[in-house]
This record gives sequence, structure tokens and C-alpha cells, in this order.
Amino acid sequence: MSRFKNKQGKETPKVSTASLPDIVFMLLFFFMVVTVIRQKETLVDITLPQATEIAKLQNSRKTEHIYIGQDRRATTHEAPRVQINDKFIQVDDIHFTIADPAKDDDIIALEVDREVSMGIVTDVKTEIRKANRLKIHYMANQDYEK
Amino acid sequence: MLKNKRTRTSDEINAGSMADIAFLLLIFFLVTTTISAEKGIMAKLPPYDDDPPQHVPVNTRNILSVKVNKDDLLLVKGKELSIGELKDFAYGFIMNYGKDDNLSEKPKKAIVSLQNDRSTSYEAYISVYNEIKAAYNQAWNEQAEKRFNDEYENLTIPQKKEIQKEIPLVISEAEPTEI
Repeated sequence: MSRFKNKQGKETPKVSTASLPDIVFMLLFFFMVVTVIRQKETLVDITLPQATEIAKLQNSRKTEHIYIGQDRRATTHEAPRVQINDKFIQVDDIHFTIADPAKDDDIIALEVDREVSMGIVTDVKTEIRKANRLKIHYMANQDYEK
Repeated sequence: MLKNKRTRTSDEINAGSMADIAFLLLIFFLVTTTISAEKGIMAKLPPYDDDPPQHVPVNTRNILSVKVNKDDLLLVKGKELSIGELKDFAYGFIMNYGKDDNLSEKPKKAIVSLQNDRSTSYEAYISVYNEIKAAYNQAWNEQAEKRFNDEYENLTIPQKKEIQKEIPLVISEAEPTEI
């Protein structure tokens, strides 16, 4: 009888929080693995166009990015500029910078603002062809409306 | 007595603050990182050649000429089209199999020719490129369904190559006009 009463009076045991750090660490590792820290800061303003037939960039660590857009610091409407590796570059010099026979199979990602005109894009594409880096990706965002 | 005390102190390190530290790190990563979706339209450029390209005679019915002008308007095979109509028209052109005299004889001979002005917007160019890719994807998907009873995405690489051999994607880009 006394044993029975004793049991009833017992408080509900606390939920063990010992495994909480493990759960949080698991989340932490997940985020660390999934996210890509961008070391490159863009000097140009870019709003990507939208498209439906897009594929994920394979081997994103090996891809080189070329940015085309208006200078971020520009106060008035200016001609678009080209950025590779943290700095602005003249269009005519692009093929010297990116030509590398060892990288012929690596992809070049073109990140171009949607309002840029095709003239400069074509010039950049010609430079890419001169450098014999023929695999490119036109970066775009998924169009969810279609 | 003394011995007893010593064993008790080296009992265990309090792991209660571990969760706090981990949370702090977690929040730091959550705030600083952005999940960047690295996606885009795949394309292959032709090799560079100093000489002007040779003129290869091609029957005009096998060419889908798409012109985009400076106002982002389309002219497809001499007709004005809106961007929404382009995919179906391109699909009809590719999979014509000689039915219509103005469209391609067969998918193997079909060529898409893209031309734009220098002041065409990049957005218009990408949407045209996207629609043409969409037409080819639809054609590939249907061919995959017919041949292998599966979606194109799920095929093996040799199977995909076989389909691409039957319906090759050829996009020829002309030099833009100086407007």
C-alpha cells in the first residue's frame, strides 16, 4: 500500500536535454555543408533573367564566373561593365585572363543582368570562344509562373 | 575523506552549455550564408575561327530563323510571333517530318538560326533561347517515351545520346546587326 502511494506522489520525470547538443550540432553541420560561402563580391548590379529549362551547375567549385552589369557605384545610367575575379576587366582582355588549356572542360558561368543589351554579351562570348572555353552556362532563376 | 572528495571533482565536465555554443554557431551560419541556387541554361559555343564562316547551302525549309529586334520583337520564319507562341511553333518545325512544305524535312536536318540586334535586351535573348530549348526538351521527351518508355531525364547516357542523334539540337548564332 505504502509502495503504491509513493509511486503516485512522484513527479513526472524531466525530459532529458542531454541529446539537445547532438541535435543542434547535426543541424549546424547540415547548414555548413549545404551552404556555399561566396568569397567573391560582385562589383556590378545583377538581376538574373528567369527561365524554365535550367539545369544545376555541376562542379560549381571549378566554374569561373563572368559578371556583366552596371557598376554598383554608378549614380547615373552607365554602360555595363565586365567583372572577373573581383575586378573589372576590359572586354578585349578577357581571353587572356580565361584561356587555360587545362580548364577547357570546365564551365564558364555567365551572370548577366537582364537589362544589359546583347552587344556586350556577344563581344564577351566571342572572347570566350577565342579562349577556347566552349562550355558555358547562362545563369538564370527558375520561373515558377510557367 | 580526502580521497573521496578528489574523485568527486573529476567526475564529469558539465555539458549543459554545449547546446548554447552550438546554437550560437548555428545562428551565425544561418545569418551569414545564403543558399545560392547555381542554376542556368547550358549552352555550347562554336570554336573561334578568324576566317568568315563558309556559306553552306541549306534548304531554307530546314532553317528556323528567329530574329529578335531592338524592341525585343520576334520574327520567326518571316512571321511576327509572340514569345508565348514560339515553343509550339518550334516544336511543330522540328517534328514536321515533311508534312508541311515550309517546315523541316526531318528533325536531323532542322537548324535553328538565331539573330539579334546589338541593342536587344539580354532578357529577350534568354527567353527565346529558353523557348527553343523547351521545344527540343519536349521533342526529346516524346521520343524517349516512344523508344524507351521512360522520361528523357531518367535515361542512361548512351540512350540520351541516341535520342540526341535522332533529334540533334543545332543552334546557329549569327553575328548581331549593328543597331
